[in-house]
Amino acid sequence: MNIAKLKIASFDFTCCEGCQLQLANRESTLSDFLELLDIRNFREILSEKHDDYDIALIEGSISRQDEVERLLKIREQAKVLVAFGTCACFGGINSLKNRFRMDETVREIYGDMAIETLPVKKISDVVKVDLSIPGCPVAKEEVERIIVSLATSSLVTLPKYPVCVECKQQLNTCLFDLGEICLGPITRAGCNAVCPTGKTACLGCRGPAEELNMPAFLELVRERKLSHSDLQEKLAFYNAFEPVATDET
Amino acid sequence: MIYKVISKGEFRRFVDALVKSNNSLGPRQVDTDSQGNPVYQFKPVQSVEEIAFDYTATTSSAKHLFLPFREELSRFSFHGDDWEQQINYEADPVVLVGLRPCDISALNILDDVLLNSHFPSPYYLAKRKNTFVIGMDHLPLPDCFCKSMNHHTVTIGFNLFCSDIGDNYYLSINSSKAFNFLKEFEIRDPSHDDNCLLVERRKLIQNSFQTEIDVTALPSILDIEFDSPVWEKWGQKCLNCGTCAMVCPSCYCYSLTESCETNRKGARREKSLYSCNLVDFAVVAGGHNFRPKNGDRLKYRYYHQHRGFAENGNQQICVGCNRCGRACLSGINPKDVINDLRMEKESCLICVSSSPARI
Repeated sequence: MNIAKLKIASFDFTCCEGCQLQLANRESTLSDFLELLDIRNFREILSEKHDDYDIALIEGSISRQDEVERLLKIREQAKVLVAFGTCACFGGINSLKNRFRMDETVREIYGDMAIETLPVKKISDVVKVDLSIPGCPVAKEEVERIIVSLATSSLVTLPKYPVCVECKQQLNTCLFDLGEICLGPITRAGCNAVCPTGKTACLGCRGPAEELNMPAFLELVRERKLSHSDLQEKLAFYNAFEPVATDET
Repeated sequence: MIYKVISKGEFRRFVDALVKSNNSLGPRQVDTDSQGNPVYQFKPVQSVEEIAFDYTATTSSAKHLFLPFREELSRFSFHGDDWEQQINYEADPVVLVGLRPCDISALNILDDVLLNSHFPSPYYLAKRKNTFVIGMDHLPLPDCFCKSMNHHTVTIGFNLFCSDIGDNYYLSINSSKAFNFLKEFEIRDPSHDDNCLLVERRKLIQNSFQTEIDVTALPSILDIEFDSPVWEKWGQKCLNCGTCAMVCPSCYCYSLTESCETNRKGARREKSLYSCNLVDFAVVAGGHNFRPKNGDRLKYRYYHQHRGFAENGNQQICVGCNRCGRACLSGINPKDVINDLRMEKESCLICVSSSPARI
């Protein structure tokens, strides 16, 4: 099957650049993967820079005015703009900043240095996003599958169901049965339940599952007498869920 | 069927010999829950010491050993304009120790659907025929309702079944393979006393059930109650998480995906077990969803479980293990849903008042 290579570029904004690094993982198919791509701009692996890309992977969230301008320019060029990773899709951990006053956060970190900063925004708050690949970090296998779909012009899909499906397939003991709050029942699957398999609660890095049932989930936490503040903290961790009302008790 | 008796010590030696020379799985404790109760799963075992013979119930059934959660059905290689399909359904022999009667019944139901139907599954057949099943009876848990489904005993579908009669096991031997293995060990014919102990044991099990579900005429009640508000009521609780179907010993619905390999020289077709409760179970090409509501999806799971579909001869496929009820984080369980449905009809005052008077 001969197909044209995808002209792709990868850009990082406010983030740890760990999602981009995932692109170089999964060595067994790495050369086949790179065969699909004509990399035009990718700071982590390429010193040349070209601006004639079709697909732009956007990693990170937006937290400065110059980032807004850079992103708008990328949007003008890209035919397909991909929110790449949890920060790009939802704001991610960076959004913790939004809980505080901006001048306080700047003083705490930078002292009296003048720093320009904005409340953290996800990519879709600034420009139109054509495709989202969530995950902290993204799963290379999923990225590969989506890139192959783009290259072969087939339908790009993400699992719509929650993490519980994959967690049960691993024969894990439900973390609720171990007395913990886990966001598995409301979080989009596709990670193979890697955190619950390691006995760590899901914090929802892949964002909400489709048509999640939040009232039923809140009832579950209430009925098991689990901590409401723990729930709020977990829901807010990646900024991927709507905040829930403070405890009614 | 051949009946023999074996001492528990000799039985352990027999199982030990079997699991030491074969790929084997048995119930093992994997966790202790926050209430202090042990959590069991069917896991690989290397010696008899690792098997929890006194286990209560495993959280997941043993279904995935026969119907893997994910299974590659075939690979395709492209050659120019042509392609070639490779199919492999060989399965390595496996010994499965400690299945309960309900779980063996579930396998028999899967046999009906997957082997005795118009399109038998060679993938399932290979695994089923290559699995040596040792069944063991047990006293029901407070929420087991297999007796209501008539699956608290089983007479086929296993190689060997052990009934606990005190110091010994009463063995029902259902295959020449099992009989030949056992010949190497000390077994004897059941005595009159052994037979009495077996009858006592069965009576004890029979009388130990604390949960009963009235399933009389359930298929027709389900038909009549198609539009019942009960579905919406329970549907509102449903997290759409598919846990019920994953842990169920008889849910067999699946989805198929075909994907091109990264090198574009081939493709693969994969089957994944799915659940009718998952949001996109009934989504078709173009994105239309035939069952967009939680209640509708939940209803169809109960339909398949308790009314049956044409493809499995309209038989109920629920065996009453209540794994779904135990695992459901929202507390949805067959007993309460079915009772609710019955109440809905039987307490309906309009029908009661319009019934003809007795003569």
